[in-house]
Amino acid sequence: MSGQTVKITIDGSVVEAREGLTILQAAGEAGIYIPHLCYHKDLLPGGHCRVCTVKVNGKPINACTMVVGGGMVIENDTAELNDLRKSIIEMLFVEGNHICPGCEKSGNCELQALAYRFGMMSPRYPYLFPAKQVDGSHPNVYIDRNRCILCGRCVRSSQEKDHKHVFGFEDRGIRMRLAIDARRQLADTDLAAADKAASYCPTGSLVVKRVGWKMPVGTRKYDKEPIGSDIAGRRK
Amino acid sequence: MASVDAALISRVVERFGKDPQRLMDIVREVHGELGHVSEDAVDSIAGVLGIHRVQVADMASFYSFFDREPGARYTVRLSNCVVDKMNGMQEVAAAFEKAVGVRFGQTTPDGQIGLRYTSCTGMCDQAPAALINGLVITGIKPADVPAIVEALKREHGKVGGSVLFPNAEVQLNLRQAGPVVLGPFENGSAIRKSLALSPEQVIDEINKSKLRGRGGAGFPTGMKWSFCRKAKGRHFLICNADEGEPGTFKDRLLLTEAADLLFEGMTVSGYALGAVEGLLYLRAEYAYLWPRLEQVLSRRRRHGLLGQNIAGREGFDFDIRIQMGAGAYVCGEESALIESLEGKRGAPRDRPPYPVQRGYKLEPTSVNNVETLCCAARIMEKGADWFIKHGTRDSTGTKLLSVSGDCKRPGIYEVEYGITVDKLLQLVGGEDAQAVQVGGPSGACLAPKDYGRKISFEDIPTGGSIIVFGPKRDLLKHVLDFTEFFAEESCGWCAPCRVGTTLMKMKLDKILDGRGTASDLEELKQLGTTVKMMSRCGLGQSAANPVLTTLQNLPELYRQRITSKDFIPYFDIAGAFSEQAAVTGRKFVDHEEAHA
Repeated sequence: MSGQTVKITIDGSVVEAREGLTILQAAGEAGIYIPHLCYHKDLLPGGHCRVCTVKVNGKPINACTMVVGGGMVIENDTAELNDLRKSIIEMLFVEGNHICPGCEKSGNCELQALAYRFGMMSPRYPYLFPAKQVDGSHPNVYIDRNRCILCGRCVRSSQEKDHKHVFGFEDRGIRMRLAIDARRQLADTDLAAADKAASYCPTGSLVVKRVGWKMPVGTRKYDKEPIGSDIAGRRK
Repeated sequence: MASVDAALISRVVERFGKDPQRLMDIVREVHGELGHVSEDAVDSIAGVLGIHRVQVADMASFYSFFDREPGARYTVRLSNCVVDKMNGMQEVAAAFEKAVGVRFGQTTPDGQIGLRYTSCTGMCDQAPAALINGLVITGIKPADVPAIVEALKREHGKVGGSVLFPNAEVQLNLRQAGPVVLGPFENGSAIRKSLALSPEQVIDEINKSKLRGRGGAGFPTGMKWSFCRKAKGRHFLICNADEGEPGTFKDRLLLTEAADLLFEGMTVSGYALGAVEGLLYLRAEYAYLWPRLEQVLSRRRRHGLLGQNIAGREGFDFDIRIQMGAGAYVCGEESALIESLEGKRGAPRDRPPYPVQRGYKLEPTSVNNVETLCCAARIMEKGADWFIKHGTRDSTGTKLLSVSGDCKRPGIYEVEYGITVDKLLQLVGGEDAQAVQVGGPSGACLAPKDYGRKISFEDIPTGGSIIVFGPKRDLLKHVLDFTEFFAEESCGWCAPCRVGTTLMKMKLDKILDGRGTASDLEELKQLGTTVKMMSRCGLGQSAANPVLTTLQNLPELYRQRITSKDFIPYFDIAGAFSEQAAVTGRKFVDHEEAHA
């Protein structure tokens, strides 16, 4: 990455962006929050959720994969884009079985936090009520595919951080599901409790056992401030 | 696991150089031998290749032609494309179910015959069509089915070909040959003319011809080649012969009748790009063309038109490998095609980087349509000045159109760009069309008010699919068919396409069921907009086109179908109670209705 910067405009503000950064990273450095879900700062982008879609010179572009270019005019916090993003969040809610009150990730869940941020009351789409597999075989980690949004963070972090390949995908379209590197169950993989992969899930789908419900309501990550407040707080 | 299987798998993996990027070929061969990709086979392939089983399972589960469960000795894959349905596919399906004794999606208990649906097989001009273990059978009538099934019950080996099935001949159905693509051609002429020029001069000539990609997107070919040539690395040329857009079958003709022209275009492109390897990605539905294409390649090698020192030019080496697909429409998208070529699921990539920068094996790659490469050979043979005499100012040359549906003369037409829809309908005998789907489901549905528009990049671009809907068709049903097609073919990688296509299907179901309201139409439009704006690749971005273009061009289709009520829930409570009501002989009373 060079030390050069380029000027881009985000929602009317001119931002100096370091060359080579993605739009999402450059906006983050400038204290501008672009909502995102499958993206995680420690991992390579996956491009699954499309929540970070912005408009670059009028065209919808994925902010977590697009590298900044001088003179880009970017729309981010607009009513149109926010409704499209909210619509994706609603799709993810109806695609799985997300029962927030019974989920130990509640309050720390990025999907739930985005739903709150976008003011989702209930999804505008009909629930699909799919039958999903739960895998509690592993002594330290469980998978609840009811809550999986196929963001691929576990797939990527297992490869990038743990130098393993515990997770993958199977099938396609609406039948696509999270797969594991074993014929039967998670216990048969080489996943260890200390693996980073177990800690990147944005929802309650891949969960370390025996740590749930530790934080009282009111002290959880998104109880006080909406998701993205930390990034927006950096803005000078 | 039986040791014979392990030995077989070792042998296959060795033959492909233990290269994980050849996983498609490895799994294809294993599938061919074992009839399915068993859990044992997955473990074994992963073990010999030294990769993870989840990688093998991921790839093998993605493609519809790979069965993970023990399949049937004979699998009938009946094409369920809109055009097949328009030509009586449902009756044929019923005849198959009756003759075989199982439903579609099932296999006979003795494992002899399995019935499956498959997406458009590229035989719309001779629909309904089916593939039986790769053998194409076209123009099937319900009356033909018992004999076909009887033959399948008797057979125990490989499918016998046209002796077994008299209809197994694919008709070419060339209705109108034009001067550009389908004129007479002398092998080697384009290569010799190109070799008289520098690679840059070849690209200049293509630029001068204003040739644009024939797959539908219309990117200037010369510009693509130039970007690719200038990018540093080992260059690759890929020919996209994965035509899967429902209603498209023009490449079938080119691959059958103009294979030399195509390979000549690929060789010229290889010279221009500085590539030594060309890959032809052939859709699994066209596997029947593979042996003949290999013969043509061998002959060209013998004649010095492929291989080393081509046409006597010292140091000009270029060869072509054919890669078989395995049943996934999305692989027609160039970056998904590249992923597939690398032995992975056909999930498109985010761009940039573009394939011309980092494509196959992350090297500079130009991906071109079959017809584009045929045009390129023509341009080098006859010159850009000759080429631009055809077509319009911004759409030079001619276009092959695959015409199907309600018209008297379905088939392939080579027309000059700029032809109006009206003129085309006269040509094919479809003047009374209530609508025309131009560019397949990912294109646009045009109403008669638009028939004066021109087929060209500046007006209505198309990859070549033209589906004519006659006056009696229930168009909305076909919009649902198209939407189901996208839901089936969505790769699942990104949320808006994966979920949105299924939700659009549900919405259309509700409207077709007579339970739609005005707000459902608004929601359908909103849903379509999310899928179009937010999806990752061209498939997702066009998956809502059947809905959005009919909502815009033919709104009365929808208005006729909706009720005047403000709200009707998805869940049909009266319907859910209908069985109980029938059994008890009591009428279900909806209290909300009763109190309204």
